[in-house]
Amino acid sequence: MTAFLSRLLGRLPIGYLQLTHHPGRLLAALAGVAFANVLVFVQLGLAGSMAESVAIPYRLFQPDLLIVSPAESETLSDASTLPRQRLFQALVHPDVTDGTPIYMSRSTWLSGQEASSSIQFFGVMPDAGEFFHDALAAPLIRLSLSDTALVDTLTRFVDMRSFAAAHSEAPVPFEMQNRQLGAVGTVSIGGGFGGDGVFLISDQTFFRMFPQRSSATPSHILLALAPGADPGRVAAELAQLYPPDTVRIRTVTEATDQEVRYQMTERPTGLIFAFGVVIGIVVGIVIAYQVLSADHIREYATFKAMGFRQSFFVGIILEEAIILAAIGFWPGLAFSQLFYHSLAYLTNIPIFMTPERAVAVLIGTIIACSVSGILAMRKLAAAEPADLF
Amino acid sequence: MSDVAITVSGLDHYFGEGDARKQALFDVNLEVGSGSLTILMGPSGSGKTTLLTLMGCLREVHAGSVRLLDQELFESDEITRIDMRRRLGFIFQAHNLHDSLTARQNVMIGLQVHGRGDPARHGEAADHLLDLLGLGERLDYLPGNLSGGQKQRVAIARALVSNPNIIFADEPTAALDKVSGLAAVQLFKDLGRARGTTTVMVTHDPRILDLADRVVTLEDGRVVMDRIQT
Ligand SMILES: Nc1ncnc2c1ncn2[C@@H]1O[C@H](COP(=O)(O)OP(=O)(O)OP(=O)(O)O)[C@@H](O)[C@H]1O
Ligand SMILES: [Mg+2]
Repeated sequence: MTAFLSRLLGRLPIGYLQLTHHPGRLLAALAGVAFANVLVFVQLGLAGSMAESVAIPYRLFQPDLLIVSPAESETLSDASTLPRQRLFQALVHPDVTDGTPIYMSRSTWLSGQEASSSIQFFGVMPDAGEFFHDALAAPLIRLSLSDTALVDTLTRFVDMRSFAAAHSEAPVPFEMQNRQLGAVGTVSIGGGFGGDGVFLISDQTFFRMFPQRSSATPSHILLALAPGADPGRVAAELAQLYPPDTVRIRTVTEATDQEVRYQMTERPTGLIFAFGVVIGIVVGIVIAYQVLSADHIREYATFKAMGFRQSFFVGIILEEAIILAAIGFWPGLAFSQLFYHSLAYLTNIPIFMTPERAVAVLIGTIIACSVSGILAMRKLAAAEPADLF
Repeated sequence: MSDVAITVSGLDHYFGEGDARKQALFDVNLEVGSGSLTILMGPSGSGKTTLLTLMGCLREVHAGSVRLLDQELFESDEITRIDMRRRLGFIFQAHNLHDSLTARQNVMIGLQVHGRGDPARHGEAADHLLDLLGLGERLDYLPGNLSGGQKQRVAIARALVSNPNIIFADEPTAALDKVSGLAAVQLFKDLGRARGTTTVMVTHDPRILDLADRVVTLEDGRVVMDRIQT
């Protein structure tokens, strides 16, 4: 290793030799860097899973445009209702070929002795399959039978295994909102930050379950456009048809991106993750600083007396910083993977490592360690060769 | 290169500021010939180390003049002084070896100050010199596993390995026994003869005085005696 690094650096790998000379200190430093990595990975993972779980329900839809009431329109699940009239008005536009309303509400499912899950209900028209993900078209038809549901196999806090084989020939009964319901199929959506799972039911079942809701006031309106029509242009033209500020018209992608941004930047959860990442980076910088500024003042003063320039010391410190980052990163990555798997297994939240995140954290680790090195440099620059005599 | 390695004229030096300001050197004048072995003597606190560090570019010259290898150090900038140091060799009272590096690696550092090079060749040069100093068997030892005298010999090798024009040494033989102390000083003298290396050394060791070409005695920051020996 020393020979290899010597050839690479064109000098003795003093940083490497310094680090390996104190194996205990090196191990502690690597553990520290790994720990900081885990902190950052966990926060980024949670933030990523939040973005992912925000996006998942949107992926059920494949219309061209989504219309919501402008009030509370930041999130899919908390949207206020809007008049169904808006749907009929939209259908007047020559490029709007079809439209369907969606009704949303929440209910608590007491699934066991103590367990309860907050379920998000989407009331949809069973024959509106064209507005949904292809795989949903067939199961949606089954919802024509009243009091049936497609249940979410990834619902948190509930053992959903008994629902796995749910079908219209063999509905699996369950009770919610004091109604006897039958599961006739499954979806895999999972809990996000707005609930523990998503169940799909027909609009008719929806009104029976939530009698205070009326068919005249859906939560969202989905529109399909003529092939080749530009959604941006149609959205602008539709906006002209409505009284000002009564609707918000977006493509599904826009709505998804806007909700992700909203959850990340304006909700406490998003800010907590950002804060957690900052904490992780600070912990890493502090730990690396401890090691990089370790007492080599006399040695450095000696090197200075010999005529080495500042750049030589910067080189040694960066050598140490990069070694710490490049080695400490891997156990950090491994522990984070383990953490992601455990968390995904225990909570069903969509948390997983992405190559982009791993590379970004590796680069970030190298930068953070180098920052520690530069801070340590300031301390070591005080080495005064005249004091050696 | 001229016959004179170092010219000191009218050199004063002060430490501290304001009320705490204290003068350590008073109007020191000295000319050190190339290839000579000069010894600085004097009681503790007389300014020997101060003079050595000024001549060795380790301190700024504030008043008076020091010409070192035809370079004026008065009002010189930091970079000039750093580059000058590469032509000098220092041997400190404490060996100041890097304890993460082996004896060989410590000596190699003395060569690497001159830039990138073939590490294998640096290693050979270091081995040769350490062998000459009787440490051929200890090349791969870390300083922690060497005796005080052995460490000091490694430090001597580190200072000599890059063929410096001038060697500055502050009590280099304090940690050495009589035989190896004399041997080390004899090595400085031989180098002076063979390569024209100039040596300026602080010592209290009377055994060494006989080897010197010249003995300069300081007292209270002033040169009180300057004796050339033959
Ligand atoms: N960094 C410093 N700051 C303030 N005063 C100093 C400093 N270094 C030396 N002095 C003072 O300058 C004077 C000369 O010190 P110097 O170290 O040159 O003496 P020396 O002859 O080398 O003594 P010794 O034989 O004990 O090593 C002393 O009075 C000392 O107290
Ligand atoms: Mg002294």
